[in-house]
Amino acid sequence: MRQSIIQWFRFGSPQSFYPLAGRMIPWFWAAAAAFGIAGLWLSFFVAPTDAQQGEGYRIIFVHVPASWMSMFIYLVMAFWAGLGLALNTRVSGMMAQALAPTGALMAALSLWTGALWGKPMWGAWWVWDARLTSELILFFLYLGFMALQAAIDDPRRADKAGAILALVGVVNIPIIYFSVKWWNTLHQGSTINMNKAPSMAHTMLWGMLLMALCFWMYTIAVALVRVRAIILERERHTDWVKHAVE
Amino acid sequence: MNAFLATVRRDLLLALRRKSEVLTAVFFFVIVTSLFPLGIGPEPALLKKIAPGILWVAALLATLLGLPRLFAADHSDGTLEQMALSPSPLGLLVAGKILAHWLLCGLPLVLLAPVLGLQFDLDASTLGILTLALLLGTPLLSLIGAIGAALTLGLRGGGVLLALLVLPLYIPALIFGAGAVEAHIAGLGAGGHLSLLAAMLALAVFFAPWATTAAVRIALE
Repeated sequence: MRQSIIQWFRFGSPQSFYPLAGRMIPWFWAAAAAFGIAGLWLSFFVAPTDAQQGEGYRIIFVHVPASWMSMFIYLVMAFWAGLGLALNTRVSGMMAQALAPTGALMAALSLWTGALWGKPMWGAWWVWDARLTSELILFFLYLGFMALQAAIDDPRRADKAGAILALVGVVNIPIIYFSVKWWNTLHQGSTINMNKAPSMAHTMLWGMLLMALCFWMYTIAVALVRVRAIILERERHTDWVKHAVE
Repeated sequence: MNAFLATVRRDLLLALRRKSEVLTAVFFFVIVTSLFPLGIGPEPALLKKIAPGILWVAALLATLLGLPRLFAADHSDGTLEQMALSPSPLGLLVAGKILAHWLLCGLPLVLLAPVLGLQFDLDASTLGILTLALLLGTPLLSLIGAIGAALTLGLRGGGVLLALLVLPLYIPALIFGAGAVEAHIAGLGAGGHLSLLAAMLALAVFFAPWATTAAVRIALE
């Protein structure tokens, strides 16, 4: 037991994490491609056309996984940030920094595909629905996190300040979500009810799950690629980096 | 507790010796709320409807304007480091600074809001609810804003960055604060909104000075 704890902490050092990440990346890329191909095939060729929405509904195979990931990545980011703050492990802060751009990308993708879906279905690119609004605020939170880290030159301070912001954000996300939800019900009798999802065909559900797995694997792979770049940049003064780059 | 009161007193004294800085934020609040009718048109029914939102957004921005001052001067002349080294807990001193900031930036807005509300044709009971909501909401804005102010201490482009960090976190206060007034106008009763605002304030009073202190320590490293 004691041995295993030490093993885990070993990967908290950039030097031992760098090759480990390098070994894992191809596997996650391969998994992302496999899930992606299977998911796209299922969602475009196998899943039936929706009775009410026609072919346009197929955008949810990208939209729903992107929305899930945008929320989940923030939690993972806050987890790494908190870990870095508590244990003072350097790789944790780097992981949080590496995840933020992907999280922002997912939030932007979710908003964009949502708008593309909304125009034919609701007749509007944007409505002030609770979910749309809270997704937009989540996007702002990602931007704030990245802007704060970019503004601080000292990487250790950037990590810690970012960690506090991420933790404050994670406490606030449920508050923001419910406040937006109640605000929405107070203001307008919601004409669009997204809660009563029509019973979904099994193939549709499977397509969505496969696409979600694809997004997961993509996120892990791209975060590891990014964390490797961050490690090289921050540890450029060390000997092992000079050997690794050669 | 003495250290807390001493910090409040010190910050108030310092601010009152440079009155213009405090008054700028207050006049900003007055000017911004007066600009909206000019931009939208003088129709009383419309103005009455959008008044709570306008007053709240203006209060948000006016609070934001005063936030960089919270720690910046003490950071640049080294007072903040002395505070961190002092025997009294830094959290207490930071809480004192936040309270002083609210007394200087938040309380004037609360007192001015009923006067500005008259410009928008709000009746007496609505003005009362508006003042009460701001009384609960502006300390919340100061508390949350202090975290952002401490995080952006001494950074390039700190002011704009502060807005980007803090404004998304202000959204719940805006929703329930303006919502309280709107619910009252609609005859639904503002109790629920005010309770939620008070609950968020209680949470923030407990957590925000703590997070701010952690952020100040990081900035001082």
